[in-house]
Amino acid sequence: MTATTAPAPARSGSRRHRRLSWLTDHWLVKFVVLLIVILWLIPTVGLLITSFRPTDDINATGWWTVFPHMFDKATWTISNYDAVLSRQGFGNAFLNSLAVTIPSTVIPITIAAFAAYAFAWMEFKGRHVLFVVVVGLLVVPLQMALIPILRLYTSGAEVFGVTIFPDLDLNGTYLAVWLAHTGFGLPLAVYLLRNYIGSLPSSIIESARIDGADHFKIFTRLIIPLSVPVLASFAIFQFLWVWNDLLVALIFLGGEPQNRVLTQALMELNASRGNEWQLLTAGAFISMTLPLAVFFSLQRYFVRGLTAGSVKG
Amino acid sequence: MAEPPVLPDKAPEPRRRLLSAGARGSLLSILRMAAALAVPIIGFLLLWLTFNFLRDSDANRLLVAVVAIVVGVGGIWLLYWGMDLLVSTVLPARIRESVRPAVFVGPALVILAVYLIYPAINTTILAFKDAKGENWASQGGLGNFIDIFTNSETLVAIRNSLLWVVIVPAASVIIGLAFATLTDKLGRRTESTAKSMIFLPMAISLVGASIVWGFVYSFRSAGFGEQIGLLNGIWTGMGNKPVAWLLQEPWNNLYLMVILIWLQTGFAMVILSAAIKSVPEDLLEAARIDGASEWKVFTRVVLPSIASTVVVVVTTITIVVWKVFDIVFVMTGGRFNTSVVAQRMVKEFFTFRNDGVGAALAVILFIAVIPMMVVNVRKFRQQEETR
Repeated sequence: MTATTAPAPARSGSRRHRRLSWLTDHWLVKFVVLLIVILWLIPTVGLLITSFRPTDDINATGWWTVFPHMFDKATWTISNYDAVLSRQGFGNAFLNSLAVTIPSTVIPITIAAFAAYAFAWMEFKGRHVLFVVVVGLLVVPLQMALIPILRLYTSGAEVFGVTIFPDLDLNGTYLAVWLAHTGFGLPLAVYLLRNYIGSLPSSIIESARIDGADHFKIFTRLIIPLSVPVLASFAIFQFLWVWNDLLVALIFLGGEPQNRVLTQALMELNASRGNEWQLLTAGAFISMTLPLAVFFSLQRYFVRGLTAGSVKG
Repeated sequence: MAEPPVLPDKAPEPRRRLLSAGARGSLLSILRMAAALAVPIIGFLLLWLTFNFLRDSDANRLLVAVVAIVVGVGGIWLLYWGMDLLVSTVLPARIRESVRPAVFVGPALVILAVYLIYPAINTTILAFKDAKGENWASQGGLGNFIDIFTNSETLVAIRNSLLWVVIVPAASVIIGLAFATLTDKLGRRTESTAKSMIFLPMAISLVGASIVWGFVYSFRSAGFGEQIGLLNGIWTGMGNKPVAWLLQEPWNNLYLMVILIWLQTGFAMVILSAAIKSVPEDLLEAARIDGASEWKVFTRVVLPSIASTVVVVVTTITIVVWKVFDIVFVMTGGRFNTSVVAQRMVKEFFTFRNDGVGAALAVILFIAVIPMMVVNVRKFRQQEETR
């Protein structure tokens, strides 16, 4: 669940390996592993192959029939991607996804890092109680927040006739989604960052204070650079969580076609053209490109982030 | 968890003590509160003003996206920087250091209050109110819950959720554990390649995964051309008639669960694999010297040592399962008796405009998730302590 468990420790690997060499060579183990891997990959491979086939071919034969004429030029096309990106609005949706996801990742991390620093290294009343409350909020599922937040966004809130939350007509804006994702991601972020920042050696921070640095300087010049591993892990987790989210976007970004993100676009395409696999497969693959790129380039942080994210509410 | 030592604030102690006495003390706390409140409000207004501009413009999407990213990312840093500057320059030196924590923690607390604490309370209250949230629900407020547990459609959703909660974690853990154990016996490079292939679906959205599997399950009536879905391709290849898999009640629930199992197995595998590797080699060796078979070593030594990790993996996946919405929403929309609680909740809220029943379902979800969450947080804290 934490960084400590996620990366497979290499120790004892080789010894174990040697001791069990009779099993290592056992064809059965390899065969079963290969079988599971193939089973796991086939659905995605089918999608990928189909997305590059001409529409008529897709509707005439199964994707697994391409292999005999794999090197034939007529087997492949990129027109599906062209159609989806321009005519189905996936190009815009991709930009919207970026505009939603990047701030929805940076804002909670920033807010959480400041709070985590204060919880770890500043002295103020109620610091422990507040931290426990923040961690306790991990149990609140996203679903608990949907209805009240939407009501806040669309009509504000009043207590005894006094407006405590103005009717800002926020729904359908990026800001509405950023703040929602920030709220839902904060408890986990504060918790993870507090644990990490709190475990940094106090001598570094003390010597910075003696040199005359104030809290803000210590935070930006020392704490942030020292916390890169945990920041990266959480950033990747949050980035993928927001990028792949449908529910929050659906409710707070609303139905306006120009605003919708990739998951919404894909869902709507599936609802309106559920049989046009040339579009669906290409659209689905476009939505996967960025997560897959992140996965392959930052696998270590990725696994760490996802496993740490297991306590997200 | 271990408490790190707290830095003594630089403000000299005696002067602070003098100040905290009497009227000056209360003035101090008022100022502190005002600062804590002002921080998020100012930031929020700034962001909101830019946003009105952004929303009303029909500018090029690329431009809008870039501006939005710059405003969002830059705005949040500007906010903290500005607040800190304000505290450092405007406030008198003697209260500066006692206001500063509010600048650091304030925004987080305000956002949590607005986005989690208030909604949790509000949803709980709404659960006992009518569809519009105006009057108390019938039956002394319990009307929504009585509705849920008597209406056949919501009962189906609860039944299905219970099935999901049993089957998906169990299948993911069993396959993940088997795979982790098997790959542990392979070479390092083969092991890591094989593992990343299983983990790969974790990167994909539930909507994307639904499309992937929707294609696997796709169906054409006999006589309407060749089957292009993999499953029907295999099925008809074996001489059977094509099947509309998602219409086969109650098995269609299982076909939907396969999607989540496909996604979650990688998670289970990675965590369990790390746990297996941390079982002390001496223990295994001792068992083998005593003549235990590989199977016995696994069941008597490995399994007991990783039991607590298995529990956490199960609870974690269970939480995910309770909250799964996208798969059912995209694949069947809850038709053909496939609805689940989280999806039904959104449907009550959005399609039926029944806030009361929607909130009641959210509360049921909340209660179902709490025990899992407690187990997880407790385990997490244990790990942090031993680090």
